[in-house]
Amino acid sequence: MGIGTYVVKRIILIVPIFFGVTLLTFIISHVVVANPVLAWAGEKSSPETIAAIAAQYHLHDPLYLQYYYYMLGLLQGDWGTSAITHLPVTDQIGNFFPATVELSIAALILSVVIGIPMGVLSALWNGRKLDYPIKALYSSGIASPPFLLALLFQLIFAYYFNLLPSAGRLDPTLIPPTHITGMYTVDSLLTGNWPDLVSSIRHLILPSVTLAFLTFAIITRITRSSMLETMDKDFVRTAKAKGLPSRTVTYKYVLRNALTSTVTVIGFAVQLLLSGAIVVETVFFWPGIGLYTTTATLALDFPAIMAVTVLFTLIVVFTNLLTDLAYGALDPRVSYD
Amino acid sequence: MSNPQDQQQLSVFSEDVRIFKDVIRRNILYPLGLIVVVAFLGYSAIFALYPGIIGYDPSFTDLNVILQPPSLAYPFGTDDLGRNLFLKSLNGIPIDAAISLSVVLLAIFIGVLTGATAGYFGGIIHQAIMGVTDIFLAFPGLVLAVAFAAALGPGMVNVIIALSVVWWPIYTRLARGETLSVKEQQFVTAARASGMSGLRIVASHIMPNVITPMIAYATADIGNVILLSAVLGYLGLGAQPPNVDLGRIVYDGQNFIRFAPWYSLLPGVVLFIIAISFAFVGDMLRDFLDPKMRI
Repeated sequence: MGIGTYVVKRIILIVPIFFGVTLLTFIISHVVVANPVLAWAGEKSSPETIAAIAAQYHLHDPLYLQYYYYMLGLLQGDWGTSAITHLPVTDQIGNFFPATVELSIAALILSVVIGIPMGVLSALWNGRKLDYPIKALYSSGIASPPFLLALLFQLIFAYYFNLLPSAGRLDPTLIPPTHITGMYTVDSLLTGNWPDLVSSIRHLILPSVTLAFLTFAIITRITRSSMLETMDKDFVRTAKAKGLPSRTVTYKYVLRNALTSTVTVIGFAVQLLLSGAIVVETVFFWPGIGLYTTTATLALDFPAIMAVTVLFTLIVVFTNLLTDLAYGALDPRVSYD
Repeated sequence: MSNPQDQQQLSVFSEDVRIFKDVIRRNILYPLGLIVVVAFLGYSAIFALYPGIIGYDPSFTDLNVILQPPSLAYPFGTDDLGRNLFLKSLNGIPIDAAISLSVVLLAIFIGVLTGATAGYFGGIIHQAIMGVTDIFLAFPGLVLAVAFAAALGPGMVNVIIALSVVWWPIYTRLARGETLSVKEQQFVTAARASGMSGLRIVASHIMPNVITPMIAYATADIGNVILLSAVLGYLGLGAQPPNVDLGRIVYDGQNFIRFAPWYSLLPGVVLFIIAISFAFVGDMLRDFLDPKMRI
């Protein structure tokens, strides 16, 4: 089977997952919830609003019809109306989304840039001195409650040393750059707005470093273990035996082969990033989907919570698809069956 | 004089003690983690029996001592209503213990039941169970837990339900993998040959042998549940006031982070220590159960 068929087959596999995932969110939002009508309209809504919402989302119909309308709404882009602001949740998510994308990309780059070298060092120094501090660092990244790290960084770098801003995306005295991508760093760079660029980068540092600290561990760990595994392979021994310098062996033979397994965990890393963003954005008041989720959860804005659930899950499903495809492209031994 | 069988039992036991000492000596963090875990579970068990033991009253406030820094009288300082944060945290710890233990036990129960069934019977049963598992695993765990907890409403029991919904699929996968290797063993063939029904084989031969290898993983996993339940508490979905869990204390305190950093940070550090201790004990158990240690 060629790679083209593989791609098509892998994409077709998404369909049952998509229906399974949306069936589950439907069950949560229409069956598990005690009073779906109140949940979708908001606890404090007037009887007229409640009746209108119930009619709009067909909440009094039989369940299979409700499911039909739910799926129709999802596919047509009607993901519900916020129970608090009474605005369509897709509009709100659209406003908040670029900030989260910006933060996640920055954090992902940082965790790859930190995680891979750390994994390499840790593998080269396996069982010796330098291995322990690296292990300690990534173990504490895994075991740290996300808010603890965020609050600690905020306290140290923003309040005690006053090095970086503690909250927001941009200095309040500045006007946000012209909207192109919605990511302030990119937009200000594209429009040549230097004050905005400097300010938005300074605001990005603390949240993205915190988020990266929570996710680099997974990359370090997989790089470390697949380096160790590859070092034992016959072709590495052959390379050493024929007298290649150890630097060449490490980087051209071992690392290059080990990195294919690192790619496979990027999908999982994205999942960690999105979960972590909920807490990190809340602490740093970063106006993205994470902060939106927290606000919605604290206010029990149910339609907003469900919309975020669907969105995050779809992102994870598609990232997993992309990593699978990338893995297939990187490692010719992966069979396309 | 004891009979030979007793002596053999005794020597297996002393072998265990020797390996345990070896493992403990291997890493200083293992015994430390074990102490924290035992203290955490022991204290929570005592608290469950005698809730009045620490004498904490959430309705008692003292506006003369609001936001005091840590001192001998208030080891964790005081909150914005003058409550003793050390006692408030001690009061919250058993909630985290109850949540994490219940979630992991429920996850093991559901996971072993479904995983062993899927692995043993194979075919369409296998495909159906693993298909459902894949759908649950497609969700980011925290987001699915938040959606469930929000649908059920805030509260400790609902957090347990929400987290269990997220947690079981991994155990199903583990149990299925173990089952595939266990079912090839001769005692299973013998049981089948003696005419035992499939369900009885799963219940009496597969499940007990599947659980043991999962114990080390489950122990380390308790720490993960504590962290995720802390985030749910932080988002206001956990145990509701007056008796709140540690995550909620961190949330309540973060508005004062600038002037009273102890309010959020110390309960957060407690969570960190508990979570990392479970990871150490999990590693320790893995080493202890490792057959290579027994040569």
